Amino acid sequence: MIQLIFRRLLTYIPVLLVVIIITFLMIHAAPGGPFDAERVASPEIIEKLNEAYNLDKPIHIQIYNYLLNALQGDFGPSFKYPGRSVSELIMSGLPTTIELAFYSIVFAIFLGLMSGLIASLNPGKLLDIVPMSISLLGICIPSIILGPILVLIFGIWYEVLPVYGWGDNPGDKILPTITLGTAYAAIFARLTRGGMLEILGQDFIRTARAKGLSETRIVVVHALRGGILPVISFLGPAIAGLLAGSFVVETIFQINGVGRFYVQAAFNRDYTMILGTSILFTFMTLTFVLISDIIASFLNPTLRDSGGLE
Amino acid sequence: MRILFILLLFLLNCSGSEDGKTKVDIFSEKGILLLGNGTEPSGIDPHIVTGVPEHKILLALLEGLVVFNPKNNGVLPGVASDWTISNDGLVYTFIFNPNARWTNGEKVQPSDFVYSWKRILSPDLGAQYADMLYVIKNAEKFHKGIENDFNKVGISAIDNQLVITLENATPYFLNILTHYSTWPVHPETVEKFGGMTNRNNQWTRLENFVGNGPFKLVSWEINKSLKVSRNELYWGNSSNKINGIEFFPIDNELTQDRLFRSGGIHLANTVPTEKIKRYREERPNQLIEHNYFGTYYYRINTRKYPLNNANFRKALSLSIDRDLIVKSILKGNQKVSYSFTPPDDKSYNPKTELKFDPVKAKLFLEYSGYDTSNAPLEVLYNTSEGHQKIAQAIQEMWKNNLGLNVVLTNVDWKVYLERETLGEFDISRAGWIGDYPDPFTFLDMMVTDRGNNKTGWSNYEFDKTLKDASSEISTQKRYELYEKAEKILIDELPVIPLYTYTRTYLLSERVKNWQNNILDTNPYQFLSLE
Repeated sequence: MIQLIFRRLLTYIPVLLVVIIITFLMIHAAPGGPFDAERVASPEIIEKLNEAYNLDKPIHIQIYNYLLNALQGDFGPSFKYPGRSVSELIMSGLPTTIELAFYSIVFAIFLGLMSGLIASLNPGKLLDIVPMSISLLGICIPSIILGPILVLIFGIWYEVLPVYGWGDNPGDKILPTITLGTAYAAIFARLTRGGMLEILGQDFIRTARAKGLSETRIVVVHALRGGILPVISFLGPAIAGLLAGSFVVETIFQINGVGRFYVQAAFNRDYTMILGTSILFTFMTLTFVLISDIIASFLNPTLRDSGGLE
Repeated sequence: MRILFILLLFLLNCSGSEDGKTKVDIFSEKGILLLGNGTEPSGIDPHIVTGVPEHKILLALLEGLVVFNPKNNGVLPGVASDWTISNDGLVYTFIFNPNARWTNGEKVQPSDFVYSWKRILSPDLGAQYADMLYVIKNAEKFHKGIENDFNKVGISAIDNQLVITLENATPYFLNILTHYSTWPVHPETVEKFGGMTNRNNQWTRLENFVGNGPFKLVSWEINKSLKVSRNELYWGNSSNKINGIEFFPIDNELTQDRLFRSGGIHLANTVPTEKIKRYREERPNQLIEHNYFGTYYYRINTRKYPLNNANFRKALSLSIDRDLIVKSILKGNQKVSYSFTPPDDKSYNPKTELKFDPVKAKLFLEYSGYDTSNAPLEVLYNTSEGHQKIAQAIQEMWKNNLGLNVVLTNVDWKVYLERETLGEFDISRAGWIGDYPDPFTFLDMMVTDRGNNKTGWSNYEFDKTLKDASSEISTQKRYELYEKAEKILIDELPVIPLYTYTRTYLLSERVKNWQNNILDTNPYQFLSLE
C-alpha cells in the first residue's frame, strides 16, 4: 500500500509541471497585462515595472526561474499587492476556505447520505421521488443563484441569519455552508441511492434476509459499507471542487478565503497569484482524490487486490 | 443527528450583540467609525498605490504638507503650519509645525519630504503617480533619467523649512499637495525594510509601519478589515473626536447595502442603482448624493476614418440625447455634461454647449461625406451592466438619428485598457476623476501625446492655451484660458462628454460634520460621532 501511495505521489511531479507550464503560457497569451491601468503609466515606468517583476526576460527563462524558486517554496511577489508574497496571501485565506469546505462537505455528506438512504429503501414511492426530485433541483441550481436566494429569505425577509462575514457574527457560517454544500449533497444523495439499490439486490443481502436479520442491521452493517462506495470515490473530487468553487460563496458572503484571490488574480492579471492558486488547487485535487482512493480501498478489499490505487 | 448538532454548534460559535443595539450604535459610543471601503487595498505605500480605497486609508495614516479642506475644496495647514509664495509664484517655502511627529515619536523634518519626493521620482520605484510632482523644477527630467543629480531638482530642506521651486507658476500647487502621492514616508523605516526603490519593501507591514497621520495602524486582516486608532502624538490630536476607524473591504455593493441596513457600518460607499429611488423615499437622511469631480464620456479614436473628421464627430455628439440617458437610464441625479471639466457654480463654470439636435446632426453627417452603408463602427466598453445600457441607448440614437450602424463590444477590464492604450478601438466609453480640484487635472489629459489622451487628437492652439493657463497666477485669467481651451475641445470633440458623475452613498446619521464635496474627501479628524 505504501509503495502504491508513493508511486501516486510521484505522478504529482509531471502533473504539476504541466499545469505550471500551461498556466504560464495561457496567462502570458491573454490580452491585457498586470500594469495596464486607467491612468496610463509612461513606457519608461512600464519598462521598470517589467524589470522589477522579471517580465522583461524571454518566457522560457521566466518559467525556468519560476520553477527554480517554486521548488524552494518561493512563489514570488504578488503583482497586485506589492510587498506581499503569494504564499503569504494564500496562507492568509486558506484556513478559512478549508473550514468552509469542511463544514460544507459534512453538511453535504449528512444530507446526501440520509436522503439517498431513505430513497433507496423506498424505491418508486413518494419517499424516493420527493428527495430525488429535490436533489435534481439542488444539482441544477448553481451557488451563485442559491446564495442570493438564501440571503433574501433568511437574511432580508426573515432577518434570522447574518449575510456577511465568517466568524464575526452568530450564525454567519450557516448560509455559506448550505450554499456551498447543497449541490454536493444532491450528488451524494443520488450516488447513495444508486449504490444502495445495487447492493440491496445482491445475493448476500438476500442471504442475510433469509437468516432473519433485522432490516436495520442488514442496511447499516451489510449494505451501507458497499452502498456508499460511490460516495467515497467521489469524496476526493468533491472536496477539491468545494475548495476551488468556494470563490463564488466567498464573494457572495464576503468571506476572506483563498478562493477570492483565485478569481481576483485572473481579473487583475496578477501572474504569480494565478500560478500560486492554480498550483494549490491542483495539489489539493490530487491529494483528495488519493485520500478518497485509499479510504475506498479500505472499505472494498477487491480494490486493494486489483490495485485500486493505480 | 449528533453530527449535525455539533456542526450547528460550530457554525454558531460567536458572541451575540448587546441589548438589541446594532454594531453601529455600540461603536458610535466608543467613537469608532465603521466604513465600507470597496475592494481590499493593494497596499498602504503612498508612492506605489493608485486607488480610491487606498486613499481613504492613507487619509487616516499619513499627512502631507497641507490638508484638504472639505468645506471649500481648499487647503488647511498640515505638517506645514505656514507657507509663503514668492511674487512670481515660483518658490514655495513651507514652515514646519514643530509638533508634527511620526508615530515613533520623531519629529517630521523637511528632509523627510526631500527623501520622500526623491523616492517617488526615482525611476526605479516605478511609481505611477510620479507625474503629480512634474510641476517642480527638473522633477520630470529626474524621473525620466535625463537628469541624474537630485540636487538639481527644485526641492531643498533649509533649517526647519522646505523650499520648493517650480518649473512654472502653478497656482494649484497647494491643491496637488493634498494628493497622497505627495505625502511623506519615514526614511529610516523605508531604508530598514527594503530600501528607497524596492517595490517589495516591508515597511508597510503592521509591525513596521511608521506614519504621521491622525491615526495609527492597529491591525490588518486581508480581505476582512483594517483597523486604525487615534494617534496620540498627532499634532492636532486634541481636536480629533474619532477614537478609531475600521475599514471593511466589501466589493459587493449588495452585501455592503445589506450590512448598512442591518447597522453593521456607518458608511456604505456605494448604493445599488435599483435601490436609490427607494432610499430617497424611505431613508432620505441617510442617502447622500452630491456632485463628483468626474466626467463620463466617449473617447473617439481620431486616427481612424471617419472619426478623424470633426464634422462626423459633431454629428455623433449632436445626435445624443443626454437628458434621456441621465433621466431614464442612470436615475442617480447625475448632471448632463456640457463641458469636459465638471462645472462648479462657485469657481470654474465654462459656457460651452453640447446640444441634442438631430436635424443639425444629420447636416454635419452630410458635411462629413460619410456613407452610412459602410462597415459599422465599434463602441468598446468594459463589461458592466451600466456601461451596456448607455451604449445600447447611444447605439439606438445613432441608428435612428443618423442611420449609423454601430456594433457594441464588451471586454474584460484589462483587455479594454490594453485595446485603448494600443489605439485598437473606434469609440470607447471612458471616465475620468480629477486628482485635485483644478480644471487642469482634466484638460491636461488632452494635450498632444499625453499618455491618457489615447484619442490621437492634437491641437496646437489647445496645447498653447493650456500651457499659458498653467503658469497664470490670476485665477480669473487662468479660468478664462481654461475656458478657451475647453471651447476648442468641445468644438473638435475628440471626446464626447455625456454626464458629470454623482457620488451616491449611504451615511449613518450618527456621523457628524460630514461635508459633501466634489472630491468626496473628508479627513477623519474633522468628523465626530453621536
